[in-house]
Amino acid sequence: MLLRHTPTEILERSALTINPAKTCQPIGAMYAALGIHGCLPHSHGSQGCCSYHRSTLTRHYKEPVMAATSSFTEGSSVFGGQANLLQAIENMFSVYDPQVIAVHTTCLSETIGDDIPQIVDKARADGKIPAGRHVIHANTPSYVGSHVTGFANMAKGIVDYLAGGDDLPKNKQQLNLIPGWVEPADMRELKRLTRLMGFDPITFPDTSDVLDAPQTGKHAFYPKGGVTPAQMARTGASIATIALGPTTAGPAARALENKCNVAAHVLGLPIGLRATDRFIAELRKLNGGFVPPEVLDERGRLLDMITDMHQYFYQKRVALWGDPDQLVALSEFFLDLDMTPAYIVTGTPGKKFLARIAEVLGEQIRATQVRQGPQADMFLLHQWIKNKPVDLLMGNTYGKYIARDENTPFVRHGFPILDRVGHADFPTVGYRGALRLLEMILNIFMDRQDRNAPEESFELVM
Amino acid sequence: MISLLDQRKPQVHVTGAQPFAMACDKQSLAGSVSQRACVFCGSRVVLYPIVDAVHLVHGPIGCAAYTWDIRGALSSGPQLHRLSFSTDLQEKDVIYGGEKKLYQALVELIDEYQPKAAFVYSTCIVGLIGDDVQAICKRVAAEKNIPVLPVHSEGFKGTKKDGYRAACEAMFTLVGTADTLGIPRTSINILGDFNLAGETWILRRYYQEMGVDVVATITGDARIDDIRRAHGASLNVVQCSGSMTSLAQMMKEKYGIPFLKVSYFGLEDTAKALYDVAEYFPENPAILTRARTLVAREIAAALPALRHYRQALAGKRAALYTGGAFKAFSLVRALRTLGMTTVMAGSQTGNAQDYDHLRQICDDGTVLVDDTNPLELAKFIQEKQVDLFIGGVKERPIAFKLGVAFCDHNHERKIPLAGFEGMVHFAREVHDSVMSPVWQFTRRPAETIQPPALPGGTGIAALATEARP
Repeated sequence: MLLRHTPTEILERSALTINPAKTCQPIGAMYAALGIHGCLPHSHGSQGCCSYHRSTLTRHYKEPVMAATSSFTEGSSVFGGQANLLQAIENMFSVYDPQVIAVHTTCLSETIGDDIPQIVDKARADGKIPAGRHVIHANTPSYVGSHVTGFANMAKGIVDYLAGGDDLPKNKQQLNLIPGWVEPADMRELKRLTRLMGFDPITFPDTSDVLDAPQTGKHAFYPKGGVTPAQMARTGASIATIALGPTTAGPAARALENKCNVAAHVLGLPIGLRATDRFIAELRKLNGGFVPPEVLDERGRLLDMITDMHQYFYQKRVALWGDPDQLVALSEFFLDLDMTPAYIVTGTPGKKFLARIAEVLGEQIRATQVRQGPQADMFLLHQWIKNKPVDLLMGNTYGKYIARDENTPFVRHGFPILDRVGHADFPTVGYRGALRLLEMILNIFMDRQDRNAPEESFELVM
Repeated sequence: MISLLDQRKPQVHVTGAQPFAMACDKQSLAGSVSQRACVFCGSRVVLYPIVDAVHLVHGPIGCAAYTWDIRGALSSGPQLHRLSFSTDLQEKDVIYGGEKKLYQALVELIDEYQPKAAFVYSTCIVGLIGDDVQAICKRVAAEKNIPVLPVHSEGFKGTKKDGYRAACEAMFTLVGTADTLGIPRTSINILGDFNLAGETWILRRYYQEMGVDVVATITGDARIDDIRRAHGASLNVVQCSGSMTSLAQMMKEKYGIPFLKVSYFGLEDTAKALYDVAEYFPENPAILTRARTLVAREIAAALPALRHYRQALAGKRAALYTGGAFKAFSLVRALRTLGMTTVMAGSQTGNAQDYDHLRQICDDGTVLVDDTNPLELAKFIQEKQVDLFIGGVKERPIAFKLGVAFCDHNHERKIPLAGFEGMVHFAREVHDSVMSPVWQFTRRPAETIQPPALPGGTGIAALATEARP
C-alpha cells in the first residue's frame, strides 16, 4: 500500500502541505499563452521553472511544448533580470520567429522586482521587437494563488495587450468566447456549440490544434491553432463576451468590457446538464431566441441516458479535488444525478469559491466537507476518506494513490492527467461532454459491480 | 531549414572536422528553448531515491508539485520518498521571511512520519529572502534527534550539476556518523545508480554473487543508516559520473576511500565494471573467478536475444541526448552492439573532456551538441535521417511528431536497462519502437527512406500509388 504512511487520525497542520492539490501560477500562464497562434511563452526566471512546466504539460498532452526561459543566474538575482530579458527577446525573435512572445514572471523575478512593461518598452525602443510582432506579459508570482490564477492572469494579459476594435461597427454574429482552463477538446466543443447557436466565435486562449496536433511527420514549432493577434484586434466589434469559469475566464472578460466596451457574460463552466443549459440559454438571449434542433437533441440524449441509468447513481458518495470552476460545476452535476459530493478539496485560494459551492450545494452542504487553501491537500482528503469512505473519486491523476489504497473507483478529470489518454481528445463540456462523463462513471461502477459480484449474482444484462 | 544561432555554433561539432573545439559548461543563452533544468532539479533527483527520509521543499508550491513521484526510483521498503512535502510559501512569508513556517513544517512533518532523516531543499526564493535554513535545520535536528540536512539548491545558483554537488555535500555530512563494525574488507558502495525500474537490485545481485559486500547504495533504494556507515566500505564504485563524483572525491579525501568510475549500460561496460571491482580485491582471487563465471553465463544468456534484435536493427541510425555525457558513451557502445550507428549525440551538462571522449568513440560525421534545443534536435534528426531517438520526457513527442522511434533512457524508463539483462531489455525497447508498424502510416519530410512494405500494408506509399476500385 503506497500511502500506508497516511494515518487515519487527523492532526491539524499549520505550515506543512503534503501532496498538494494545486501547483504554481507560471504553468497556467504558459498553458494560456499556448492558446495564442504563433506564440512562444517565455518564463522569466530560472531554467528549472520552464523545464518543469514544459515537462508537466508534455506528460499531460503527449505533445511537444515549446517555451523559452531567461535562464537566471546569481548575477541576475542581484542586478535584476533586465539584461536577460532583453537578450532573450532578441534571441527569440531571431531564432524562433514568433508572432507573439508571452512573458510570465516567476517567484524569483517578482521578488527581485523586475518591471516587465518597462523592460519590454526598452526592448521596443532598442529596436529588438520587429514590426508587427507583439510582446505581452502577465505577472504570475508563484507564491500567490495557484496555476489557475496564472491562467486567468495570462488570459487577461492577452486582452490587455492584443484586444481592440471598439471603434469597429458591431458585428451581431461575432462573439468573444473565453473558455477558461479546459482541454483542447473542450475548446473545440465550445466553439462547435457556439457556431451551432449562430455565432462566429473569437476564442481565446484556444489550445485546440495546438496541444492536440495531428501526426504529420513534421514538428510544427507553432501548430496551426490558437487565437491570432488579428482576431484579438477585432474583439471590440463582438456583440458580447461569454466567459466560462469566473475564476479562470472572468478577469479577462471584465478587462475586455472595460477596454472595448463589450458586455461580459460570466458563467460557470458548462459541465453537466444545468450548467450547459445556462450556457445555451445565454447564447439564446444573444442570438434572437433560437436553439437549433441539433442542440436540443444532444440535450435529449444526455437526459435519456440519465433517465435510463438513474438507479446506478442513487446516493453514491463522491470525493472531488482540483480547480474551483470545475469543482463547482461537477458538484452541481453530481447533485442532479442524485449523488452526494462528500468531500471537496482545492489548494487554490480565492474568496468566492466557498460561496459558490454553498450556492450549488444548498441544503446538501451539511453532508459535505469542503476545504480550500493552505493545507487543503490530497493528504487531508485521504484522511477524510479513511474516516468515511466514498464510492467514487474524481479529479486529477494524483488521486490514483488513494484509489489504490482504498480500493475505490476513480475517474480522472482535470489537470494534470499523467497516466491515461483521451482527456485532450474527448470533451467533458456541453451535453455531449456530460454524456462522456456518464459513460466513464457508469462503466467504472459496472466494472466494479462485475468484479465484486458473487458468481450467482454476476449479471449479463445491466 | 532553420539556421543555428551564431552564439550556439561553438556548442555544436561535427566529428572529423578540424580543429576539435567545443564550448560547454556554459550558462544557457537567455531566450533559448533549452532542455535543461536548474540546481534544485539536480539536487532533487539525486536525493529523491533515499526512501526512509522525508524531503521537504522550502518554497512556493510548484517546486514540490513538479517533483512529486516523477522518478521511478523503486524502494524495497518505505515509500516516503514518493510523497510531496512543501512549505507552500505565500506572499506574507516572502515579505516577513519563511523561517517560522519552515520550523513549524519540519516539526509537523517529523511528528507525522518519524523518518530517519529530513532533507530541506532551498528553492530560488529562499536564496533571495535570506532564510537561515541551516540554523533551523540544526535546531530541529537537536529537538527531534534525527539528522536534518539543508540542501543548498537555489535554482538560479548555477546549473543542474551544481545541484548534484549540493546534494553530495548534504549526504557527505551523514557519512561517518555511524559504526562500521562488521563491514568486511571486500566491500563497496554503489554510487550513482538510482534504482530506476529496479536497476540497483540487479547490480547488488551481481556483486553479491561475486562475494563483494555492498554497504550503501547511493542513492538507489538507499537507507539513511547505510549512508551513515558508507565510510566503512573499501571502494566507491561510481556510475553516472556527473552526479556522484563529488561525493566520491570527498570520501576519498576524508576517509581515503578510492573510487572507480564505471557504467552498467551495455554488455562490455557491465563486464568491465565487474572485472574492475574484482581486480580491486586481488587478495581474494575467488572474486574474479566468480565474476568471470557470472559474466560468461549472463552474456551467453543475453546473446541469442541480442542476435535476433540485431538482425532487424543493423544499419539503423540513432540520435541520443542525455542529461550527463557519461551515459552517452555507454549508449554509443550499446547501439554498436546492436549494429546501429550513432549519428548525433549530445548532453545537457557534458564538459570538454566528455565531448573529446565522445568524439573519439563516434564515427566521423557524427553531430555533437551541448545544451541543445528542440529546433536543433528536429533539424539534425531530419538531416541525419534518424531512425531512433534516445532521450527524455521533453524529447519524446518531438521524435514521434517527426515519425521517429523513441527510447526513454531517463526518469521515465519503465524497465531496467542496466546490466546484462538490461541490455536485452534495451534492445527489445529499441527494436519494438524502431520496427513498429505505426511508421508505415507516418511520413518523414525529405522522405528518402521508403516506408517498410509490409505484406498487405496500407502505407502512405501504397495509398498514393494504388488506384482503388
